[in-house]
Amino acid sequence: MTTFIIRRVLQLIPVLIGVSILVFSLMHLTPGNPAVIMAGESAPEATVAAIEQRLGLNDPLYVQYWNFLTNALQLDFGTSIRDNIPVMSHIQARFFITLELAIYSTIFTVVLGVLAGIVSAVKRYSISDVSLMVVTLFGLSMPNFWLGLMLIQWFSIELGWFAPTGWGNLDQLVLPVIALGTAGAAIVARMTRSSMLDVITQDYIRTARAKGVKERVVIFRHALKNALIPVVTVVGLQFGYLLAGSVLTESVFAINGLGRLIIDSILQRDFPVVQGAVLVIAVTFVFVNLLVDISYRMLNKRVDLN
Amino acid sequence: MAVASKERVHDTKPVNPRIKSFKEFFKRLRKNKSALVGFYVLAFLFLVSIFGAIDANYNLLGVSSNATSLTEKLEGPSAAHWFGTDHLGRDIFFRILHGMYITLGVGFAATFMGAFVGVPLGILAGYYGGWLDTIIMRVMDVLLAFPGILLALAIVSVLGGSTINVTIAIAIGSLPQFARIVRGSTLTTKKLEYVDAIRALGARDGKIIFQHILPNIMSPIIVNTTLFIASAILSAAGLSFLGLGVQPPTPEWGAMLNDGRNYMYQAGHITFFPGMMIVIVVLAFNLFGDGLRDAIDPKQKQ
Amino acid sequence: MSENILDVNNLKTSFFVDGSEIKAVDGVTFNVPKGKTLGIVGESGSGKSISALSILRLVEDPGKIVDGSISFKGEELTAAKEPRMRQIRGNEISMIFQEPMTSLNPVYTVGQQLRESFKIHEGLGKKAGTKRSIEMLELVGIPSPEKRVDQYPYELSGGMRQRVMIAMALACKPELLIADEPTTALDVTIQAQILELIKELQEEIGMSVVMITHDLGVVAETCDYVAVMYCGKVVELADVETLFENPRHPYTVGLLNSLPRHDQDQDELVPIKGNVPAPDEMPEGCRFAPRCPFASDICSKLPELETQEDGNEVRCWIYTDEWDGEEVKVYDKEHSS
Repeated sequence: MTTFIIRRVLQLIPVLIGVSILVFSLMHLTPGNPAVIMAGESAPEATVAAIEQRLGLNDPLYVQYWNFLTNALQLDFGTSIRDNIPVMSHIQARFFITLELAIYSTIFTVVLGVLAGIVSAVKRYSISDVSLMVVTLFGLSMPNFWLGLMLIQWFSIELGWFAPTGWGNLDQLVLPVIALGTAGAAIVARMTRSSMLDVITQDYIRTARAKGVKERVVIFRHALKNALIPVVTVVGLQFGYLLAGSVLTESVFAINGLGRLIIDSILQRDFPVVQGAVLVIAVTFVFVNLLVDISYRMLNKRVDLN
Repeated sequence: MAVASKERVHDTKPVNPRIKSFKEFFKRLRKNKSALVGFYVLAFLFLVSIFGAIDANYNLLGVSSNATSLTEKLEGPSAAHWFGTDHLGRDIFFRILHGMYITLGVGFAATFMGAFVGVPLGILAGYYGGWLDTIIMRVMDVLLAFPGILLALAIVSVLGGSTINVTIAIAIGSLPQFARIVRGSTLTTKKLEYVDAIRALGARDGKIIFQHILPNIMSPIIVNTTLFIASAILSAAGLSFLGLGVQPPTPEWGAMLNDGRNYMYQAGHITFFPGMMIVIVVLAFNLFGDGLRDAIDPKQKQ
Repeated sequence: MSENILDVNNLKTSFFVDGSEIKAVDGVTFNVPKGKTLGIVGESGSGKSISALSILRLVEDPGKIVDGSISFKGEELTAAKEPRMRQIRGNEISMIFQEPMTSLNPVYTVGQQLRESFKIHEGLGKKAGTKRSIEMLELVGIPSPEKRVDQYPYELSGGMRQRVMIAMALACKPELLIADEPTTALDVTIQAQILELIKELQEEIGMSVVMITHDLGVVAETCDYVAVMYCGKVVELADVETLFENPRHPYTVGLLNSLPRHDQDQDELVPIKGNVPAPDEMPEGCRFAPRCPFASDICSKLPELETQEDGNEVRCWIYTDEWDGEEVKVYDKEHSS
């Protein structure tokens, strides 16, 4: 197990270097002089030169990358072009909002998805199974930003139950979490269902029944724990999608998270902020995946060797 | 009796059975009702989108999707305007009709571009293995570190928002998925005994890949292409909704949603119809893709 | 015969697939005398496992018990309510399955799985349950049971796992043990140990056993009575000596002839010709007729299971007055081929 963790952590290094190179190149792959783009076409020479100077755009590329990397390792992503505030303080303020949104949505995704999946599997081919599977198919096919808009339309504008925008109060949390988490819940539900159906036919389930175990206990104690092992991987991936998907949800619900920061910065051509925020999300996702891999391995160790 | 006695029948079928003939394929597909529904919906939408594409230029219907009317702003659905009008008095139904080929086109183009590059990468990695495999798959890992729409977003932030750029961005985002799936299938196929035998007979790599590997891995490629179109459409709509994709006044559905969100208090229908259309298209691709998988590639799950 | 602990009469269990009925068990009759061992023998697909699962009412969808009676100590199990069945399962009637590798739940320790039986049927808590679990593991001959009790199934070998299965089955001292091919998946040396273990424990607890197997060697070693099954029907019911000395049904004879025997001079093994018919090609008359070397015209009608003068039963026209073929000697002991 320890060797597995060490190996897995070592594998992260090339990926993280690759991620940093890719994010670094964002600015340099831009057609034209990034300094001109940032300053605006009609900006005076002096402004452009000042930006070039500040971003070190006159240095050789490898020096620029090295500086970028070493600074990023110290959580220093430079300063914003727009307001001269360090990128990190922009990110810091917003990161936890996005993380909160992603975590709540993950909880929503897992609880709803697993429950629906169990019901579907246990009552296979029943009306509730068929209708749940139809609903999940819609959930999968719905753009989360449109679902967000519709939720605002119905529950905020028509019914007035929840606040249409913002983040923090309970009445502001519900709609974004539903909008963001629904597609994931649909995926988890389908995954849980097929995994459950697979597990239910296993020999050890028959063994449990032959012991006189109640059907409810067979499902929840004997089958579920096995069925959830593959679901863990999906949930890990989902967390990443939720982090990225928050870009859209935050835009719909005017939540001041990392996603909205990225969009605003892209529209304002504030490259250092875009780089910093994208890097933070990618690195978070990479580490979440590491945790998921390790926990999957720990859960699956017993099954694997069969 | 195998069913009755519940004894496990060991499956000896190859991992990805070749599609023997299109007749057989359609026979299997026809058994799957939801796939058939998806297929018919898609066929219908294609015809409509072709019509919409032609009409967008020549105004066969006498209605331009960009014709504004200040007297008919924000009207609800009516006989004259089936889906109502938007904040500039433009007919939403015709805008959806004229925008359909963009939505489908971006979805298809992005997916095929992704497959065109991703499939060869996967074959190279799977077939040759070694350092080539390591390099290709590490690069794919790096791309995978940007979840969901984030990679496309980052690319668009560099290239700027336009129909072409959105397509490229989504195509790059699809590379790792194609490469991974194809690599896996190639590895399994490569291990089949007859491929070994052919190699022992002195066949060249190119011949083996094109005549033996590729036909065997077609099923997962086709299935994943279909399913990926659905998510490409969602991503494209998302980018346009953020104002970073297809630019107004092009009647792209995501961009229409972006237009409509400022008028939600007065006219909810502006945001309802384009989104509903996205759901229908994506749903049809998902249904069809799932059905395809069941019909031609039953072993592959998820 | 002494008092029966289990009487199965005309049991029919079918699977309903795509609107058609597959009769896996088609009118099976047998009984298990108290304290004795009944062997159920047959090829795979003969319905022996489904018969066993039917007794515990563990046949899963789309399978269903369609007809017949299962009487356990005089109680009709086909009519018993589900809570009563749960009381019986694992407590009064236990079952051991064929696949020790997959029959234990991979995510729970041996102790957790054993304890569950004690909790369900005897209401024992964790501490008492663990103590009893260790005793059971010791009883089935697992070395250092205190250590094993906290291990996961993947940490045990196949033979060890089957011992755990047996410990689990015997945990609540059942009156009837159904062992479904308990040794098929195991090495030959382990097989003998496991069979010996079941026999010892049977004497110790005084339970009755239904031993399901396709292996006549296992039958000879462990059983008192034997039911031979073919295509969902019992074709011969006999005590074990008669079955080996004087088998009546041509199918039983075929089974014996295809078995290597070291007590006889054998030129060659004779397999039964042909294959078990597919469920949709089931002959209307005697199921074995198409493969039977003695088949005659009357075999297109289905024979009944008839009691013979020695009390054993056989389902074959040869032993009836209606027999229309020539006089045959079904089993020639000296020249068994």
